Parts: sequence; structure tokens; C-alpha cells
Amino acid sequence: MELKTVGKSEQRNDAYAKVSGKAKYTRDFQTKDMLHAKILRSKIAHGYVTSYDISKAVALDGVVKVILPKDVSRKKFPTAGHPHSLDPHHQDIEDRQLLTDKIRFYGDEIGAVIAVDELTANKALKLIDVEYEVLPFVLDAEQAMKNGAQQIQDFEHNILAHSHIKHGDIENDKSFELCDHVFEDVFEISPVQHVHIESIVAYGYIDYEDKLTVVSSTQIPHIARRIVANLFEMPYSKVRVIKPFIGGGFGNKQDIIIEPLVAMLTREVNGRAVCLELSREEVFYGTRTRHGIKMYLKTGVDSSGKILAKSLKAIGDNGAYASHGHSIVAKCGTNFSRTYPAKLSMEFDGYTIHTNKATAGAMRGYGIPQITFAVESHLDDIADKIGMDPIKFKILNSIKKGYTDPIANLTILSYGLDDCIKKAKKYIDWDKKREEYKNQTGTLRRGVGFAQFSYATAVWPFAMELAGARITLSQDATCVLTVGATEIGQGSDTVLSQIAAETIGIPYNSVSIKRTTDTDSSPYDPGAYASRQTYVAGSAVKETAKAIKKKVLKRAGKKFEVKAKTLDLVDAKIVEKKSKTVLCDLKDLTVESFYDKEGASTITAEKSVNVKSNALAFGVCVTEVEVDIMTGKLKIIKICNVHDSGKIINPLLATGQVEGGMSMSLGFALSETMLYNQKTGEMLNDNLLDYKIGTTLDTPHFDSDFVQPYEKTGPYGNKALGEPPAVPPAPAIRNAIAHATGTRVNKTPMNPQSLFDAFKKDGLI
Amino acid sequence: MFDIKGYYEASSIEDAVKHLSENENTKIIAGGTDVLIKVREGKLAGISLLGISRAGLDTVTIDDDGTIHIGSACSFTKVEKNEIIKKNIPYLGEAVGTIGGPQVRNVATLGGNVCNGATSADSASTLFCLNAKLKIESVRETKIVEIKDFYLGPSWTILKEDELLTDIIIEKQNYDGYRGKYQKFAQRNAMDIATIGCAVMAKTVNGVFEDVKIACGVAAPTPVRCFEAEEFIKGKAANLENITAAAELTLGNTKARDSWRGSKAFREHLVVELAKRGMAQLSGLELE
Repeated sequence: MELKTVGKSEQRNDAYAKVSGKAKYTRDFQTKDMLHAKILRSKIAHGYVTSYDISKAVALDGVVKVILPKDVSRKKFPTAGHPHSLDPHHQDIEDRQLLTDKIRFYGDEIGAVIAVDELTANKALKLIDVEYEVLPFVLDAEQAMKNGAQQIQDFEHNILAHSHIKHGDIENDKSFELCDHVFEDVFEISPVQHVHIESIVAYGYIDYEDKLTVVSSTQIPHIARRIVANLFEMPYSKVRVIKPFIGGGFGNKQDIIIEPLVAMLTREVNGRAVCLELSREEVFYGTRTRHGIKMYLKTGVDSSGKILAKSLKAIGDNGAYASHGHSIVAKCGTNFSRTYPAKLSMEFDGYTIHTNKATAGAMRGYGIPQITFAVESHLDDIADKIGMDPIKFKILNSIKKGYTDPIANLTILSYGLDDCIKKAKKYIDWDKKREEYKNQTGTLRRGVGFAQFSYATAVWPFAMELAGARITLSQDATCVLTVGATEIGQGSDTVLSQIAAETIGIPYNSVSIKRTTDTDSSPYDPGAYASRQTYVAGSAVKETAKAIKKKVLKRAGKKFEVKAKTLDLVDAKIVEKKSKTVLCDLKDLTVESFYDKEGASTITAEKSVNVKSNALAFGVCVTEVEVDIMTGKLKIIKICNVHDSGKIINPLLATGQVEGGMSMSLGFALSETMLYNQKTGEMLNDNLLDYKIGTTLDTPHFDSDFVQPYEKTGPYGNKALGEPPAVPPAPAIRNAIAHATGTRVNKTPMNPQSLFDAFKKDGLI
Repeated sequence: MFDIKGYYEASSIEDAVKHLSENENTKIIAGGTDVLIKVREGKLAGISLLGISRAGLDTVTIDDDGTIHIGSACSFTKVEKNEIIKKNIPYLGEAVGTIGGPQVRNVATLGGNVCNGATSADSASTLFCLNAKLKIESVRETKIVEIKDFYLGPSWTILKEDELLTDIIIEKQNYDGYRGKYQKFAQRNAMDIATIGCAVMAKTVNGVFEDVKIACGVAAPTPVRCFEAEEFIKGKAANLENITAAAELTLGNTKARDSWRGSKAFREHLVVELAKRGMAQLSGLELE
């Protein structure tokens, strides 16, 4: 069937609002009597507060209240943006308090000040004298696991969790003995941060119905409501969370970072509005990061290059608090087992460890950028050592269509990896360049590199995948779509509108979507995470739209005294299916649905769908780089991601997602890292000068392409696209550097300093 | 919101220095791209500011004898686009063009870059090569000092609280017949601070270096001239061997240190490499 809007580059339906500046973000809703809060943060990395002296702060003009841990609930709560699990063993760890006097990282939240403005609140913070009992701190996960390391949370050896997966009929050790070659490598992935442009910001107030309301820049309004209500032991109906426009989240806002604090703050001032906006520095050291993970990889191959056995020990640095807990390292494990299945056996040992650093949580890719960097680099090195082309070696060992994942029990139904590779090879002229750039000398050297990945779209079967949608048909044959899925800049509002329009049979611009997610009125959806929006929420929208269409045709059937199934709704017109005769405009029916004296009944539908499937997306990146050996500077000559994300709903938006993800991966590969003062535990580079996220001038032209097999579990054949683009560029670049120089870097970021060190070690300088 | 106690906008140099002499704890603000960051960080919290953007300090002129005067409140954009600069010392314009991004360069000033006292100031290395002179005024006196005597240490200059830098003076003998190049090595290509900055000026006659001047930023607590290398290369043929040998000698005048922003070994390696590249490029040599 010909599609009218799905598959077309419709203009995003928030484009005008954003470009004209009319879109309102959390901080834009300033009210006249709003108060402002700042958090008092610890100046040590580990220990206890022994005393506070707040007398000077309280005396400062404009200070409304100084709040210490003793003044507020000490109840512990979880922060992960996971749907609630009914199984107590799978619930998130409750380890966070509103304010704490046990300090677990430099900058921990030990008090708060409410004042008439931010400046006064900041001044008051400086007037508070704090005394500490100092404990030794640890910044390295492996050190934290050792005997004698100071325990940070309630876990022995700081091991928040350990998981072990084993496949194969014979022991891993035995299968390595059967291999012709066995290779071992260690990779160290540095923590990085999301760097969303809009800060972490929220404000709270108690409304005229005594409802505790939090307006927040969050990806997960419904989860925020659950956690806030539970914390204050309030009925859910007495808590309301509102999400306006958002300036980026990337997973940092898939965590409850300040909503409980803001709720507490407004309660402390009898419901007067209190706003809390974190500074960029606070966002860096005090919110969430991507996990730094150290990975020990071992792979055995036979003489043909087939992988017989493999093992991975991953040690994830979770920082001070649990947040998403073991989920990220565990996801490394499932992905490791899957992308290149070993013929004989596979073993995964994953540890998630507490240290006194910023808490690691969700970030675009959720463990997959890390594991993919390690595996794609490791396999590139093995191919080199056994004298095989890396792409050939990877194709030989990749999963194929029909493969059933033994952990998630998911079968690959659509598979475009082979075609992605073909396109990528052609784009970069792989075979020629691999040959041409062998054995270079001189200062400037070029190389080409490749990396691939597999990526699960949603979280089923590890958690439920619920989404809700509501559609109300208006008198003028347009409709209002309300979803629980949160638009955070990725464009979900636009593609969900396309899905609604396509399914109902009305033009794209006849769908108007509710911009604000409001837990009081939006259908339930746990939020924006994984790469689930178009797949899961899209399914809910499609089901709802089908119900609308059915109701419309039923009404039309009655009107024209024919069977509803002989009719269709096309371009907002009722047509007779066979003859394609137009019977009437949809508008005629909608007007009647409102005003027909006898049969008036507005046309609305609401559906909630639990999507019990999960599709694997695939993709590759190829790049050509030029390395300046003498300075460690790298230039990307060409770079292209090719994705199998199933059918693409909106090519322009999809391209935007890919370019954004590639840019993130570039930063992860080349420049971004979080550095800590080894003597104090304080983050060193908590600002955008020293945290080297790329600028426009550091960003090459990004090419991208799609292969589009139809995925039948997706609403319109689609699979994950939100996160995958951020996965393969980093290892592709790393492998290109190896091709150019022979130097194999096993640590991120590969910035000029680290490349200088590596080239020096290898004798290139 | 910034914690600022007061602000006074000077209408002239006289007005500015008078205000400075009468008001202690006053910080001069031009573009504000350094000052406001310090205020935000709390380092200058509660400070009083003296604005000099409208004190007539934003012109570039040239005397009949070829002496160039750059007003201390000239923005980097102005310096970069100015015809006198483009014609006579384009490499200074290129150097300040490496600073921050367009928005920063539209407001940040050459005088501010110098007075901030940072070794990483991207204008400083070139001004050192140009033997720039600085006109410093106060109600007490007006004096002219050489830029090499201006810097005392990191964020530390000879400028007293009541003094105002008004003019950056470049004499003809210091640029006439020279070509110049500034190389900023930073992790990013914009919005970054130099890991090493290296300015080279050279006058070549028939393939021989008549004169070479090299200055580096972030290679020591203040910007430094690399006199040992300069002395060595003067009068020598512009070939790779001589350039390489001279570049090695730059380290005789530098004092790089280890920090989390970059190791001493890397910085020293860069000083040598950038000096070499600068000299090679100015003499038309290809580096392998």
C-alpha cells in the first residue's frame, strides 16, 4: 500500500515554536513570587558532616530558609528511570536521600538554601560553615574492589552487583584450548557526560487543589511522579509532574535528579514556588555520567578465523550512588554474547562498582558504546594478527538473520547488516584504501577504519514496554493526539503524528499533538529511554488510530447504509473501496458526530499497548582519518554511518538523529573525559572550557545512509534509531588510526596527549 | 546574575584614570570575557567595575614613521579586520582570530588579553615577537614599557590598581620586512585555550635568515621569547637542518610544566615542533 506521510521528511511539528523562540522551557515559566534554591555541596569526597553553622547565612537579607538533612525526611529512594518492577528483587536500589550528612562524592548534597533570588542563595551558601570527619576515598573501580578499600555504600568490596553469563556445552577454559589462536586485550573506557544544553532544572509548588506539582525538564514524568509520591508517602493523585519543551536529555534526564528536592523545597515554604536550576559545573560533577568501564577481553579463533570461544570481564565504575545500578554493565554482557556468537562457549563476568566519583547512570547507548568500542577494536586487532581483512573477519563471525538470542529469547526477523557493510565499503572505497595506506611514513598518515554493532530497540523482556495514546477527532476533521511518550528533541512528537495521520487516513498537518506531558492528563508511558519511542509509543499510536478509523468507518457505513468494511478513509475523505468513489468529506461526518440530534457521539479512542517484542537494529561506521604524528592531531577526512533501523518514518529527522549521535561518538572517541583531582576527589574539568566537547569547527561533515528491511514487530516496519548512531564511530576512528599508524590505542579519549604518548611508546616519535 | 557592587562608565582616558585613583578595589572591564567569568566563579565577587568601552580606546592608527597604535579596547574582531593590521602585521590579526569564537572576539579586547596576564593569551606571543610597547596611564604618570617587562607571572603583571593600559605600540623596525605566523595548538579548533602557542617572525634574504623571532605561550609561566634559537639561526641558510637544530634550542628559554591539561613532555615536544613548522613555512620549506 502506498504510504502518504510515513517515510516522508515532514517538517518537525515543533520547528516553528523552537525557531521563533515561542517554545517555553521549564525556566521560562517565571512567576512573580517564585523563590530560588541552591544546594550546599560537600568540599570533601568521602566522610561525614560533623557540624553546620548556618547563623550567618540565615541572617543574610533575602534568605528565606536554610535546610539541613535533619530538617527533612531521611527516607531513601531510588532514582533510576526504570518502570516499577513488581518483583522486589528487580526493583531499583533505594540509596538516595533528599539531603545527606554522609558524603560519598565531592559535591554531595548536604544542605539547601531558599532565597529570593539565585545570587542571594549563592551568597548564603558561602556563609555556611561546615566541619567534616574525613574518610579515605577511592576513584578507581578496581582499587575500590580491593581488600581494605573504604566501603562507600552497603556493599562489600563496593560491588553493587556481579553477574555471570555462560553459554556453550563445554567449559570456557577447555574451548580456548581448542583454538588455534587466542588473543587478549584490555580496554579502558573513560566516563563522559551528556552535555545537554538545557541544564537540570525544575520548580515546584502546591496548587489550589493542594496538589504537589513539579515542572521539570525530565524524560520520565510518570516515573518522577511515582518516586516523589512514594517518598512523601502521598497518594499518586496528589502529585503532578509536568514536562514542557526540553533542551536535550540524552539519558541524564532519565533519572530523578532534583524533582524530590524541589518537591521538598516547596513543602518547606508552604507551597510557594521554588525553582532549582543547576549550574553547568553542578551538572558535571553532581548529576550522572556514562559509565567508565574497564574490559578484559579474550577471544579464541580457529585457523579459518571462526570465533570458537570468548570471554569478557567488565568492571563498571558506577560512582557514588546506584542510579541505574547494574543494568548498564549487564547490557554490555547481553550485547557481548550476541553480536558475534562464539561457536563453542562464551563467558561474561560483569561487575558494577561504587567509587567516590560522580554517579554513572543512563546515557545514549546504555553500555553499548563501551562494549562496542572494546569488541570492535579487539576484533580489528585479531584480524590484523591473523592476516585477515577486518570486515571479512567480522562478517564471518557476525550474527545472521534467524539467530535467536539465548538470553532475551529474541529472534532476528529483519536483518540489513550485510547491506550496510556493502554500502559502507563502497562509500569509503575500502579495498583500495586499505591497500593504498599500508606502510606509510612521514608526518601525515591516513587510514580507514570500520566498526559495526547490533542494538536492541527496547527493553522487553527485561521490563514491560507500555505506552499509551489518546486521539480525539475534532469537528473540522483534524485530531488531537495525546501521548505519554516524551518529546525531548529527538522528534518523537513528529513521527508519532505521522503514524497517527497515516493510520487514520488524514494529512500529517491535521494532527496536532499535545506538547506538554502532564501526569494528570497524559496517558501512561514510562518515558523517553532506550530507543523505544517510535517502536513502542508508535505501536500505541497506531492501535489508537486504527480504533479511530474503525469508528469513523462505522459511522460512515451507517450514514450510507453500507457495510463499514467496504469503505476506506483516504486523505480525510470517505471512499468506497472498490470503486474509489468519494462518498463524503470526513468533515461532514465529524460535524455530524458533534451535532446530530439523535446520534451525536464524538469520536475518540485511547489505547494502552504493552509491546512484547524487541527488534535488533544494526549498523556500521566507516571513516578515513589523517593523523598528524608529530602533534597527535586527528582530522576526519570522511565518515559515514549506515544504519539498518528498519523502515525510516522520517528520513530528515532520522538523518538528524544519526548526525547528532555521530557527533557524540566523536567526542567520546577523541576529546571528552571527566578528570578528577587525585588528592581531593574534586572534578577538575567541570566546565565547557576544560571538558572538550567538540565545537562546530571540530565537527566534520557527517554522511549517513540507511538500508530499510521491514521489521514486522514495529508499527511501520521500524526499529531503534535514537541511540545506535552514537555507537560505531568511536571504534571506527580507533581502527582507522591503527591502520594509519600501526598504533593501537585501547583507551578513550584518543586526544592529542594520549596519541602523543602512544606514538612515543611505539617509537613513531 | 552577577555579584557586582557598582559600575562606572568612563567617557575618556582622563575620566577613567581619575575614577581609578579615587576608587579602590575597582576592576577595569572592557569586553568582560575574563572579568565576568571571574565574578561568576566568585573570585571577584562584590567588585566594582570601571567600563572603558566608550573611553575612545578602540582605534587603530599608523604614524608617518610607520608606528602602529592599537587602542587597548579594540576588539579582536576589529584588530582582525583592520586594514592597517592586515597590510602590515596580518599575523597578529590571525593570532587573535584563534581566540574563542566569533561572539567572544566581537567583545573581547587586545588590551584585556594582555592585562589578564595569562601565558596562554593568543595575542601575547606575537606581541612579544613584535617587541610591542605598552602605554600605561594613571593620574600619577604616563609611561611606556616593553611587553617583555610587563609580565611578572601567571595572571600577574606590573599594572597597578590605578593604572590603565591605553595603547599598544608597534614600531616599524619590528615588523618591516618580516613575515610572521602564529600557531595555536589546542585540543579544539575553537573555544579553547592553547596547549602551546607559538609565534614566529622571519626576515629572509636570498635563502638566508637575516632575522628570526620566536615566542611561545604556555611554555613558561609568562609568554617567552626563545632567544637561544633566534641567535643560532640568524645569518644561517634556511634549510631543514638549520631549522631543526634551531627549534631544539627553543627549550633553552622555556619552562613548561606538567599539569592535568597537558604533560611537560608533550608541551616541550610541541614547542619544538611548532617552532620548526613556523620557520619552515615562513621560508617556504616543505616538512616531511
